[in-house]
Formats: sequence, structure tokens, C-alpha cells
Amino acid sequence: MGINLTIKSAVRMIKTGQISAVDFTRTYLDKATAMNPSINAYLRLLPDRALHRAREIDRKIAKGEQLGPLCGIPIAIKDNMNLKGVEISAGSRILQGFRSPFNATAIEMLEAADAIIIGITNMDEFAMGSSTENSAFGITRNPRNLEYVPGGSSGGSAAAVAADLALGALGTDTGGSIRLPASFCGLVGLKPTYGRVSRYGIIAYASSLDQVGPFGKTVEDVALLLNVISGFDGHDATSLNQPVPDYTSKLQKSLKGIRIGIPQELFGEGFDEAVRTNVLSAITEFSKMGAEIKEISLPTLDYALATYYLIACAEASANLQRYDGVRFGHRAKGTKSLQEMIKKSRSEGFGQEVQRRILLGTYILSAGYYEAYYLKAQKVRTLIQRDFAKAFDQVDIIAGPVSPVLPFKLGEKITDPLSMYLTDVATTPINLVGIPALSVPCGEANSLPIGLQLMANHMQEQLLLRVAYQYEQNKRGTSDPYPINPRRLGAMVERDQVAPVEMPIDKVAELAYLVISDENKSSLSRDIGDILGYVDLLNKADIEETLPTAHPVPTAQHLRKDEETPFIHPEGTLGNAPDKEGNAFKIPPILER
Amino acid sequence: MTVIQPYRIRVKVPSLVGRFDTVIGLEIHAQLQTNSKLFCGCSTTFGVEPNKNTCPTCTGMPGVLPVINEKAVTLGIRAALALNMTINPQSIFARKNYFYPDLPKGYQTSQYDYPLASDGYQDISIDGITTRIRIRRAHLEEDAGKLVHVGSKGIIGATGALVDLNRSGIPLLEIVSEPDIKTPEQAVVYLKMLRDILVFAKVTDGNMEEGSLRCDANISIQPKGSTLLGTRVEIKNLNSFKFLKKALEYEVIRQVGILASGRDIVQETRNFDPASGRTISMRSKEESPDYRYFPEPDLLPLEISPTWIEMVRREMPVLPHQKREEYIRLGVEAEQVEHLLTDLELSSLFDECLAKIQGPSTDFTKWFLNVFIGELSKSGENLRTMKANSDRLAKIYNLMRSGEISSHSATKVLGICLVEQIEPDLIVDKENLRIVKDESLIASKVEEILAAHESQVAVYKSGRTKVLGFFIGEVMKALGGKVDAGIIKRILLDKLE
Repeated sequence: MGINLTIKSAVRMIKTGQISAVDFTRTYLDKATAMNPSINAYLRLLPDRALHRAREIDRKIAKGEQLGPLCGIPIAIKDNMNLKGVEISAGSRILQGFRSPFNATAIEMLEAADAIIIGITNMDEFAMGSSTENSAFGITRNPRNLEYVPGGSSGGSAAAVAADLALGALGTDTGGSIRLPASFCGLVGLKPTYGRVSRYGIIAYASSLDQVGPFGKTVEDVALLLNVISGFDGHDATSLNQPVPDYTSKLQKSLKGIRIGIPQELFGEGFDEAVRTNVLSAITEFSKMGAEIKEISLPTLDYALATYYLIACAEASANLQRYDGVRFGHRAKGTKSLQEMIKKSRSEGFGQEVQRRILLGTYILSAGYYEAYYLKAQKVRTLIQRDFAKAFDQVDIIAGPVSPVLPFKLGEKITDPLSMYLTDVATTPINLVGIPALSVPCGEANSLPIGLQLMANHMQEQLLLRVAYQYEQNKRGTSDPYPINPRRLGAMVERDQVAPVEMPIDKVAELAYLVISDENKSSLSRDIGDILGYVDLLNKADIEETLPTAHPVPTAQHLRKDEETPFIHPEGTLGNAPDKEGNAFKIPPILER
Repeated sequence: MTVIQPYRIRVKVPSLVGRFDTVIGLEIHAQLQTNSKLFCGCSTTFGVEPNKNTCPTCTGMPGVLPVINEKAVTLGIRAALALNMTINPQSIFARKNYFYPDLPKGYQTSQYDYPLASDGYQDISIDGITTRIRIRRAHLEEDAGKLVHVGSKGIIGATGALVDLNRSGIPLLEIVSEPDIKTPEQAVVYLKMLRDILVFAKVTDGNMEEGSLRCDANISIQPKGSTLLGTRVEIKNLNSFKFLKKALEYEVIRQVGILASGRDIVQETRNFDPASGRTISMRSKEESPDYRYFPEPDLLPLEISPTWIEMVRREMPVLPHQKREEYIRLGVEAEQVEHLLTDLELSSLFDECLAKIQGPSTDFTKWFLNVFIGELSKSGENLRTMKANSDRLAKIYNLMRSGEISSHSATKVLGICLVEQIEPDLIVDKENLRIVKDESLIASKVEEILAAHESQVAVYKSGRTKVLGFFIGEVMKALGGKVDAGIIKRILLDKLE
């Protein structure tokens, strides 16, 4: 298959019998088997499962049955999405060997649309990272240049599509984890409105920020995938109960009268010249297409990254407390007491970055620090939301870069967490606000792709995709960059301006049930100190009289009827338990003997 | 773990107790009577094999999400209304973070800053004196699972433990009182009243043995008249009225003893040990965990509309105080009313019967509380296991009432109906218990008896009329006790004249 084959054209080929679903699937499986070792996009291919599904689809075609919109399309899914009966690990050793007992809703919807899941893709452990170098199962390389990172955390999904080892993929985006890899790999990647796609079955990183979204080679492919995975889900109380339009239906509409805002904060210092030039020239294209370009300002963008890291780490610290070795996942061997077992299992199972974020999150929620960090971040989140709301009174779309920098080399930032975090400066605000945003390729520098980020107001995916589609169709040649008065983004502070803040690491580790080795202690303390020093800039935010925001998209609470829905654990047991007696989980004694 | 020395009372403490005021507040956990758990569809049935009632959500598997059970909220509102509380238009679930193997997610989803309801009260009455106990808050939360220690009876010396998560996620309502309770006796009365209210409101089954209702207490003492609050001690595991009373009485004496000997009371959490009747230190304030509460991001604020509250109010079952008034109106005596109100099932059964019986309710009440209760306890059954229903009870009573069977026979039929699925009529027929009303049959029996006892007839005729009783007895015996003694007497007198 050609690298330019899209979902749209492949569906037509399969439906009209030009190629059988089995042959098509086999082609992709063979290609993935051959090429994956050099990229490591996939952690696991699912040949038996995929071919079985493909045979079913061929049978349906033969019988003339109704076919789903993704009929026979090979799709890759991220390692943090539950797929029943398949090993799912969120890129973490702590879940190694975990067999999922149920399906994520988004996955069920994919399969109901006759898509074929061909493999599970690599990711930064628990989606914590911007380069896919934090996986317990090896790094993923950027197919466009194997010396470079694919972006993260959904780097495996992006690499799989970019290398044409799948026609589309799903990822999750908590602070840019779809848009950044889409940008670095030259793809289209969309983070929908918070609540548009169900989070049920998605292994949580930060619950108020996580959202599932698609990767595709074209805007239209992304729209096709979004059509399938969107919609209300009674299993997710934060799911939005609103109709799903056909996201492909308005793509052709012209951009006449559309107002596009350029926030000067996203073009300041700290943004690579090549990125700025390319993105600005892309924006110039929009004015040629009938859109109106407006300079806007989002002053609270200065605080977004710090706010994001505080909220994300706090939520993550709680979300990751379930990994205790009691019921599933990794359990440390030879421990004498329960406490020792939990601490050792977690310390062995979690990687460095995950431990760093757990410690940070635990610390900022702990007594005496909650107001100074977590609550303050929730209040600043309100300010950022207000800024965006105001902006959307003036414009329909906000445009800027996805990443402040070009794709970077493997190993370049992995030892410097704060500089890695700064990669997310333009993507994290979107998750705080809960709006949809996408990355669409807008050029190259040194043969490295650059992504244009487009953002729209809540539930405006249709408009967002239309603007991206029109841009994609019109993207021919380059033009003079749009002039802009860049404002220095306060968030991009110089490193030497940050005064590290001490954290009582032993006490926090005790609360987080982690054992920190002496050799790790100093580097962890230094890195967390740096981050805490950085987030101190929130002290400048005027949060007086501001209420905290815990949830990005206000919606009505969805309640369940009081009905019994018994669940049968696969194979009639709680199969993932490290140790069992009868049907009870067996654990070491609470007290050491 | 520190080794705890039993506290020794060195001073004559009881004599000092009168110099202190006791301040008690209770935290009550009531299991809400729902079919499914608070955040998932698993069954709430008690006593099934380990982990049978579990799913990915209540075992905290990766990727699961909670969705609130509407019924649990409705029951929470109902309880709050019954306790004169204000329902908050918006309440917020929070995560209470701590590691324990019975807590699968590593946090309990509970309510913290913004509970379901606030500011209620319950009046309690002891010896005619009414005291108002204010209720601070009521909030919804999920229960944890259960640990069974292996290799030892308890936690100490165990070689391991087994985790059963059937209880994990069962909905609870925590009801926290203000420290308005002054004596252990008041605490017991308050808990009893609260339980009765919650049971009558059908919020919980109130079964303390199965843990459907649990109680913790906060207690401090202060010199009489002092406004300085004493150091507060929390006592856990007070899961019966008896334990609550004993633990609080012990604790008052312990605390008075400490103050009397010039030492300070330590702010701590203590556990009641039923075996020794003592409270034992679990952890001091310094050791108390940092729960790192924060708003649950997987749930939106719980909005409760005035319409919802109104609907719950309209559907409120009859509460104990309303039932009490109703019974008093019916002429039920005060003592009997309290007897009936000890148990919702007893009161409901009584109400059902009342609608089906003939004659004045006062007569029935006596029969119900004396004969029925007496026979029930003799039968070894209870209200739940007995085979009779209100139809059959009323039937038996009515048979007796209308003179179809004697009261003696009624008791006999009742005894059978409590243990067997059988209609009272069938027993009456089978055992031939129906009262003989055929006067010619009675007359012929009278004649037979008189003929057989000529000497006694002579005695009667000599004026010693006491012998009449003997004749009545004999006729009665001959007719199997199923005759009205009055009729026999009338016929006897007629024949003897």
C-alpha cells in the first residue's frame, strides 16, 4: 500500500471488493512486523485477533450486510486503552502482564464501526512525557528521522501512522500528548472537547484533563475517526450528552467570515525562529482564504504550564495509588509485610518520571501545601478559562504553534525534566480549558515537520476540522509571514531565574508509598525543586475572589439507575491477581511477623 | 506497634466523675438500602462468596470510572429530611487518599467540604426530659472491602490476609452529630432513635450485626462549668448499643482518672475491645494520616433540585413519631406503643393486621403483643422467618373473635401457622376445633352426663349448687372443649330444674 493511502480511499477499496479485509489487514501486519523493530511504534501486534476480525468483515461483505464507516481499516491504539483479553500496560512495568477484563468505550465504538485493531502502541509511562522516551518498554523513534523523538506521550500511535503501519490511530491527550506527536511526525492529530469522547476504559493520568482523540494522515481521516468515537457514554459521568454531527459534512465550506485569532504570547521568545516563521506563513494563507486574522492576547498563558503540572500531578498521584500489587500488576517478591510489599512493588514498577510526578502531586496535596499549590492552580485555571472565553467572543479560531521547538533528538531533553515540560507550553492550556484543538502539518525545517495548532471553543470540532481541512487543501507553496508583535511568554523563563524549592522528600515518599534510593534522592530532589521553583510564578497571578475550577466543561451530573449489572470476571476468576486463595486476593501480613 | 498497657485506676475516680461535664458527639455510618453499589452495578447482597459482587470499577482496575447511583442520593436526601436537615443544592465528592488493601483505588470517594446535607437535629427524651441533639452534616461515601487475617484470629500474629471486595463501593451515609450529647445514656438513646428513624424511613435495614449501621464516638471531658473544651478522643468500633454505652462509660472514667492524677489527655483514636470492655489506643493525632482530600475529578458536582427534594418529601414513609401519634389516636397504651415501635417489621405487621381484623383495635393489640409475640418466641422463629402473614394472623384472630374457635384453640392454630405454610381454616377443620353451636347436641350430652352422675345430681338438688361447675367441666370435656361454657350452663340449669 502506498504511503499516501487514506482511510477514506481504503474504505472504498474494501467495500467495493478491490481488496479483501483479510488481505488488507495482512499487508499492514506484514509491513508492521518488518518495520516495527527499527521504530518500536508497536509494543504488541495482534495478528490473530485482527485477522479474525477481518474474516468477519469479509463475511459481512460477502453476505451484503451493512458495513461500518471504518470497514476493514487497520487502526493502532495506545497502550493505555483497555482491550478485553489483551495485555495493556500503559507503558509501565507495574502493569506488565495485566490482561484487560473489559473494553474502553472508544475501542468498542471503533470495533462497532468495523475498524480492525492491529496493535498496541508504545507511550510514555502513564502518558507522562513529551517524547516517548519514558516507556518501560523502550523508546519509539520518529519515522521521519530515526535520530529524533516522535513526540509524546502518544508517540507510538503517531509513529505507527506516520510510517504507514496503520491507517489511523487513537491516542490520549492530557497536555498535548496527541498534538505534539502529530506535529513532530507530520500528521493530523486532534484533542476533542473534554467529555466529547468517553474516558471509560482509558487508564487515567489526570482525570480532569485526559481526553481520547484520533491521529490520521489527513484532516478528513481524523474527522472520520472522530465521527466514530464521539458520543455520550453512561459509564463516564463527565461525558457530554450532546448529539454527534457528521464531522466530515462541513469540511468543504469556505472560510469566508471566519475570524482567526493570533495570540502574541505564542510567538515570543523561547519559540524557535523556524517554528514562528512557518506558523505565521500558514496563518497568512488563511487571510488569502477569506478568513479574518486578528491579533489577540491571552495574558494568563504565562501561568498555564505551571498550572497544568500542578493539577496533572495532583490528580495523577491519586490515580496511581491503585497500583499497589494487591489485586493486579507487578508485586515485589519476598516481602515480609504488606507495607513493604506495596512500597517495593511501586518503587520497582514505576519509572523515574512517574515517581517524580507522584511525589510532586502528593506533596502539593498534603496538609499545609494544598492552598499554596493545588487550590491556587485551580483558581488560576479559572483565570485561563476566562481568558479563552473572552478571546472566543472576538474570534472563532485561535491559531499558533503546537510546539515551541522543532522535533528534538533522542536523549536531548530526557535528563532535564523542566526543559522537557516546556515543550508543552502551547498545548497544556487547551486541556485546562477543555476546548478542542488539533495539529495540522504546516511546513518543515531541516526536514523536520512543524505543526500548526488550531483551537476552537467547546464542542466546535466541526468548525475546527473545517478550518484545518481548508488549510490543508490550500497548502501549496509558501508565502510571506504574517507580521506580528511578539510578546515574551512569561512561562518561558530562563532557567537561572528559577530558585529551586526544597521538598521534604522522605516524608512525601512515605505518604506516596515509594522507597527512594539514596542515589536517586538527590536528582529527584533537584528536579522537583526546579519544578516547584518554576511554579512559584503562579504567585504573580491575581486570584483574589476567584473560584477554583475542578472540571473544564460544565455539564449536568449523569446518574445511574439503581440496577444490578453483574460482571463476570474473564475466565470466571479475578485472573490478574498476583496471589489468590479461592477467589480472595492473598496478601502478606499487615504487620511484620 | 506499641504495646498497650491496660489503664489502671489509681484514684477513686467515680467520686470525681460528678465534677466533670462529658461532651460526646457521634458519627454514624448507615448502609443505604440499594440494589447496586454507589458507583457501579454490582449487587449489594450480604454474605456471598468472596469477590462475587465485584467488577473492574469496585476492584479499582485501571481505566474505570464511577457513576453515582441515583437511589443512594434519594435515600440520603430522605434520611436528611427525616433528621430535619438542609439539603445542599450542590454537594461535591472528594478523594480521601490512603493506602490500605481493603481500599482498591487507594482513595475513598467521599464528600468533604460540601456534604449532601447540613444543620439538622433530633430531639431525644429521657425520663420526660427532652434534649435537642444537633446534627452537623450527612454525607455520601463508599464502603471499603473486608480483610480476613490468615494464621491468627486477628491482625496480630497473622501470616497473611485475604482481601474480599464485595463490600467495596457499597453506599454509606455518614451522619455526624454536634457534641451535644452529655451522657453515655443519651448517646445510646440518640443512636436508637436515629436507627429507628432511618429504618422506618427505609433508608437502611439498621442491622448492626451485619454492619449496616456502625458508630464511632468523640468524647471529651471538662471541669463542670468550664468553657474550655477538653481534649477529644475518638473511639471506633462501637457496633452495638451495649458497646457504645460500655465504651463511653469506660472512657469517662479513664479520662477523669487521667486529669485527676494531673496528667494530660492525649488526642488520639482508640478502639473499643469488647472482650475487656476497655478502649485501646490505635494512633495519636501525630500519627493520623494526611488524607490529601481534593475534589473527585471523575464526578461533577452533585446538583439536587428543589423538585427532587419535594419528590422525596412526598414519598417519605411514616416515621416513628408519626406512627406513635397514630397509635395513640387508636387508643394503644403508651407502653404498647413503644413495644410496637421497637421494630419496623413488627409495626408494619401490626398495621397490616389491623386493617383486616374485626372488633376494637385495643383487644387486638393485647392479643398481638401478648399471645402472638409469646407464641412467636416459643416457636423459635422471628418476624422474617415465620410462615404466617398478616392474612393468616387476622384470620385466626377473627375466628376467635367471632366465636368460631375458642381462645385456647386460637393459640394452638397460631402456634402451627408460625412454623407451617398452612391456612388456619384447614387446621381448624383438621383438628376439629370449631365450637359446637348445635344446642340439641349439647343438650343430649348434658343428658348423658346427668344420667351418668346421678349422685352428683342429688347433691345439686340438695342445694349444694357448686357442683354445677363439675357438670360444665364434664360436658366440656365430652365435647372436646369447643363449646361456650355459658350455653352449657344455661342448658344444664334448664335440665336440672
